[in-house]
Amino acid sequence: MKQASMSAKRTTYKTIVYIVCTFLAILSIFPFWIMFMNATRSTYEIQQSSIGIVPSKYFMNNWKILTGKAFSPMTGFVNSMTISVGVTILAVYFSSLTAYALMAYSWKLRQAFFSFIMAILMIPAQLSSIGFYQFIYRIGMTNKFTPLIIPAIASPAMVFFMRQYLMAALPLEIVDSARIDGSREFATFNRIILPIMKPALATQAIFTFVGSWNNLFIPLILLTNKSKYTMPIMVSLLRGDIYKTEYGSVYLGLSLTVLPLFVIYFMLAKYIIAGVALGALKE
Amino acid sequence: MRKKSVSYAKYGYIFSIPFVITFLVFSLYPIIYTLVIGFTDLRGLGVKEFHILRNSEGAIDMFGNFRTVLNNKTFTTSLKNTVIMWVANFIPQIGMALLLTAWFTNRNFKVKGQGAFKVLIYMPNIITAATIAILFNSLFGYPKGPVNDILMKLNIIDGPKNFSLQRGTARGVVAFIQFWMWYGNTMIVLIAGVLGINPHLFEAAEIDGASPTQIFFRVTLPLLRTILLYILVTSMIGGLQMFDIPKLFLNGGPDQATVTSSMFIHGQAFSGSYLYNRASAASMIVFAIIIVLSIILFQVLKDKDEIARRKYLKAQRKAARGRA
Repeated sequence: MKQASMSAKRTTYKTIVYIVCTFLAILSIFPFWIMFMNATRSTYEIQQSSIGIVPSKYFMNNWKILTGKAFSPMTGFVNSMTISVGVTILAVYFSSLTAYALMAYSWKLRQAFFSFIMAILMIPAQLSSIGFYQFIYRIGMTNKFTPLIIPAIASPAMVFFMRQYLMAALPLEIVDSARIDGSREFATFNRIILPIMKPALATQAIFTFVGSWNNLFIPLILLTNKSKYTMPIMVSLLRGDIYKTEYGSVYLGLSLTVLPLFVIYFMLAKYIIAGVALGALKE
Repeated sequence: MRKKSVSYAKYGYIFSIPFVITFLVFSLYPIIYTLVIGFTDLRGLGVKEFHILRNSEGAIDMFGNFRTVLNNKTFTTSLKNTVIMWVANFIPQIGMALLLTAWFTNRNFKVKGQGAFKVLIYMPNIITAATIAILFNSLFGYPKGPVNDILMKLNIIDGPKNFSLQRGTARGVVAFIQFWMWYGNTMIVLIAGVLGINPHLFEAAEIDGASPTQIFFRVTLPLLRTILLYILVTSMIGGLQMFDIPKLFLNGGPDQATVTSSMFIHGQAFSGSYLYNRASAASMIVFAIIIVLSIILFQVLKDKDEIARRKYLKAQRKAARGRA
């Protein structure tokens, strides 16, 4: 009797768990599904019924309207790609180098430098944007990509992560034996340490790339020339009056910005999720 | 016997130089610059010269911008909005994340397809916030829009509802978008935290006859304290800078109900009025709020057991030394 009620309770529990999880999974997918489907439907179709479960045949038409106005997906894509690749390479390389300096050498200011990195870990960049803008304006570098890329050399959170990784993964004997073999310090870092750090580099590279790709605030204030717009700035054009009644084209424009991220995500989801979990335990 | 040894210490300095220089030039300098501009009369497009702010009688009035900003109704409203929308997103976010964590780490019942659920639930977090804001603007369209259509088909509402006209629903949707984008991230962080707890503790609790619910509230939650603090602080710092979603969802409307402090700062400096000095003062005020709140959170939620344990160890060491 008691057994039966226990098992009934378990069944109810399981059912609730699966129903809620399935609902949440659909909640994640559904908005994007509507977006992709509506990208192929005409404005008239969308006005008749705003939810399309299956694609229609107006993709080319929407594409023409979309690219015939201000939205230029290729420009946005190339610009975002340039900035994000630059940011990723600089951030990953120099954070590793800084982490290596913190980990492999004993120098007088080492502990102080580490405490300093901990202190600046969470400084909100957006709140110094006025000073940043004025500074870049004065040196005449607005509408250039350099001021968006170079600052990535100092990424305190990544230095912290890389240091934790090095402490766990790098036996200092390797460095010593490289020295005995006559390797210079900088060469040791490039040829021996960096390859060891590959897994950490990959994880951090994904997050940096996606973060940079999605960034809106700083590019928005620095890039005023249309040919320099990044993808998120391009997207913000879809909100303007020029696309007011072109529903299908707006959905298509949104889809174009989501597509590359979807490809990256579903290819690397396992590593990305593991990376989020790893990043949380960095204390 | 003399041992010849090479000192490698200098490489510690050399390898840190790029980081330090970049930080000084592109982070520290802009912060100080922003702070300084807050005390000056810098305004107008293309203006490069500026002086300490003076009032209309010509006397130096250092804190004039700060006073103006604090007395600006839009600024105080924007602060209020930011806090409301952040809290309205954070409470359900942490609640849902904790619930899912409890389910996915339940030792008696393994959820099948867990990996796929995690992948899908986390997914919105990596999509461009600007895109999501405009997508939701379309989804909540009025009078025809997917959300209205669904709600009407399910008979939840009788006629189409204009979500972007009411303050409450507009803020609610912004909070929902933030929730939807972030609860998956919080969940994965929490699950990692639970997996990091020594399994013997759970076994011991089970042997003592604790129910899964009891174990979750009495064992798991207290041990997640540090991670919860980390989530709270990072979410708060991010939340107080909320920009992309409210900006592109309804551009602050209706009736300034979704204007955030970052939108206020951006609006003062970059959308026509070029009031860099006031925008700087507003930035520094928000900055100060973030610092104060972070310190308070760390103080309140600091692991009290850890402090007690350290004190105990210290006392023991002292006693041991006394004995020796």
